[in-house]
Amino acid sequence: MPAQAPAAEDAPRRLAQRALRGLPWEVGVAKPDPAIVVDDVTRTFGGLTAVSVDHLEIQRGGITGLIGPNGAGKTTLFNLLTGFDQPNTGTWSFNGRSLGKLAPHQVARLGVVRTFQLTKALSRLSVLQNMLLGAQGQSGESFLKALVPGTWRAQEKANTEKAMDLLRRFKLDAKKDDFAGTLSGGQRKLLEMARALMSDPEVVMLDEPMAGVNPALTQSLLGHVKDLREQGMTVIFVEHDMDVVRDISDWVVVMAAGRVIAEGPPESISQNQAVVDAYLGAHHDAPLTAEEEDQVLAEAQRAIAREAKRDGEVLRSDGTRADDERTTP
Amino acid sequence: MGELLNAIAIAGKSALGFQAVFYALLAIGLNMHFGYTGLLNFGQIAFAMLGGFGIAVSVTNWGLPFWLGVVIGVAASVVLSLLLGLPTLRLRADYLAIVTIAAAEGLRLLFRSVSATPITNGTQGISAFNGGFVRLSPWDTNRRFRLLGTTWGGGELWVTAVGWLLVAIFCLLVWLLVRSPWGRVVKAIREDEDAVRALGKNVYAYKMQSLVLGGVIGAFGGMVYAVATGSANPDQYQNANTFLAYAVLILGGAARVLGPVVGAIVLLFILQFTDTGLRLLIDNGIIPEGLLSSTDVAQLRFVLVGIGLMLLLVFRPQGIFGDRREVMLDAR
Ligand SMILES: Nc1ncnc2c1ncn2[C@@H]1O[C@H](COP(=O)(O)OP(=O)(O)OP(=O)(O)O)[C@@H](O)[C@H]1O
Ligand SMILES: [Mg+2]
Repeated sequence: MPAQAPAAEDAPRRLAQRALRGLPWEVGVAKPDPAIVVDDVTRTFGGLTAVSVDHLEIQRGGITGLIGPNGAGKTTLFNLLTGFDQPNTGTWSFNGRSLGKLAPHQVARLGVVRTFQLTKALSRLSVLQNMLLGAQGQSGESFLKALVPGTWRAQEKANTEKAMDLLRRFKLDAKKDDFAGTLSGGQRKLLEMARALMSDPEVVMLDEPMAGVNPALTQSLLGHVKDLREQGMTVIFVEHDMDVVRDISDWVVVMAAGRVIAEGPPESISQNQAVVDAYLGAHHDAPLTAEEEDQVLAEAQRAIAREAKRDGEVLRSDGTRADDERTTP
Repeated sequence: MGELLNAIAIAGKSALGFQAVFYALLAIGLNMHFGYTGLLNFGQIAFAMLGGFGIAVSVTNWGLPFWLGVVIGVAASVVLSLLLGLPTLRLRADYLAIVTIAAAEGLRLLFRSVSATPITNGTQGISAFNGGFVRLSPWDTNRRFRLLGTTWGGGELWVTAVGWLLVAIFCLLVWLLVRSPWGRVVKAIREDEDAVRALGKNVYAYKMQSLVLGGVIGAFGGMVYAVATGSANPDQYQNANTFLAYAVLILGGAARVLGPVVGAIVLLFILQFTDTGLRLLIDNGIIPEGLLSSTDVAQLRFVLVGIGLMLLLVFRPQGIFGDRREVMLDAR
């Protein structure tokens, strides 16, 4: 643990960014060193296709931002990758090992941990207990060994030290004995992230870690996420704030209506027509501005005028009959 | 005054007797299920019935030794937990609740049915199976002993003592478990299963372990009851007992090791004291016969207990032992 900080200073920063620099900005592009590979994964809810991803690779050791409008399928994709949901079709692998049929806890044990969009603090456990729960391979978690404290006490002590280290980094050490249920929303986000890190994961998947967090705290959270990258972890995170995405991502994947519609470095995204359409597509339904309204009105009037002209012609050609009708009574 | 003391003594005997042991054991099991793991078991009495009948059937029908009967009772309750848990523990919490309540009622009806009569002796029930145990009594079973103002038979004293020993053992077991990392996982499951899954714990396996453990503790409760009463009758195992055990648990404080024990003692004291006390008042004419006859007392005391529990939940929702901060967290 203490070795990490100095190592981070020496390590060449943002390795992944460099590795990804030369890649074409196209959907499904192969990465030099993918940690996660997704193939033909689809998930439908009734008639709705929530996720339909043909091919996606996530670069190891980088921060990949996953963005997209509400309902794009980001959370569903997370659920599929971590075993919380089962897809209709498709395969995906982590370090070349297929994760297809694994239960969520098995995925987590392999080193892929996630946080939830709706924070899951374990309310009636203390902050420290929350943290300790994240540690892997605890012998005291087996029923029989639990009854003999001697078999797990040393491990518990080591885990507690590690937990306190992390809590200090996340500025939660003063709260260690409080119930997690008494924390504020932002503190819960921090706790959930810190707890996930207790397992020394290889891949961390964060679902909107900054949502509902005040700007100052956002900065510190961003710092933590960047730290994870420096420690060699692969981070995938969902975020709606484009400034944040631009700031920390090495690579951005854009989803809309279940599909990956674009991927590339952050600077490529705002220029991408598909992305602009996906985001602004929603705006076409929004109330129109006065100018637009005038335009639409003018258009409509012209259309009506054209119709009327054609109708007029019809009437004229039928003139005799119209006259007949007039004279009949 | 003497009568009042006598009423207290009678209530005290009830609070320390085998019935308190019975409810304490049921509630310790429920505490494991509901208090720590968040499993809603509304059929705890079924486990107790399997415990009681495990001994009764083994000894009387199959001619097996008493201790083998105990083993069979435990094994039967384990099998029941597995049957109830396998299909439901992957689903939402309510499914276990529905299945357990149905199993408790269904098993009782099955045990008292005509087709089960060759084994369970139907509505007659089985008796005379506790000899192997009562024989071990260090106290003379033909004598009565004075204790705390009332008299106890030697056999009764023996069964009750062993019962409280069981309570102590299971409390110790629960205490060891809930302060361990195992207990931490189980409590976390109570809070949010998915969070625990995301941290690499096999939630299903933990829930199953908890269900089996609580069920076995309940089975021991049923054994104490059967041995103490010397009979096993399906109609003794009405599911109302499960809900009384829940009352015990809430009164004492859920998710506290000693909550069920203190809850059982207090509840049985109150039940017996209101019973004896009300009869006393009626006999002395303080309550006029027209208002309340002594036959109504047995029912009325449950009404009083119900009102008492409601007041408890309003003014002290955490029970006698619980932590108020912890209980109020849910209100956020
Ligand atoms: N369990 C479910 N049952 C039915 N439909 C669902 C379910 N889960 C998700 N969906 C649908 O799938 C689509 C994608 O949802 P998802 O939660 O993945 O979106 P998202 O990209 O995470 O959105 P947001 O940015 O708002 O969190 C939505 O249209 C949603 O209604
Ligand atoms: Mg989402």
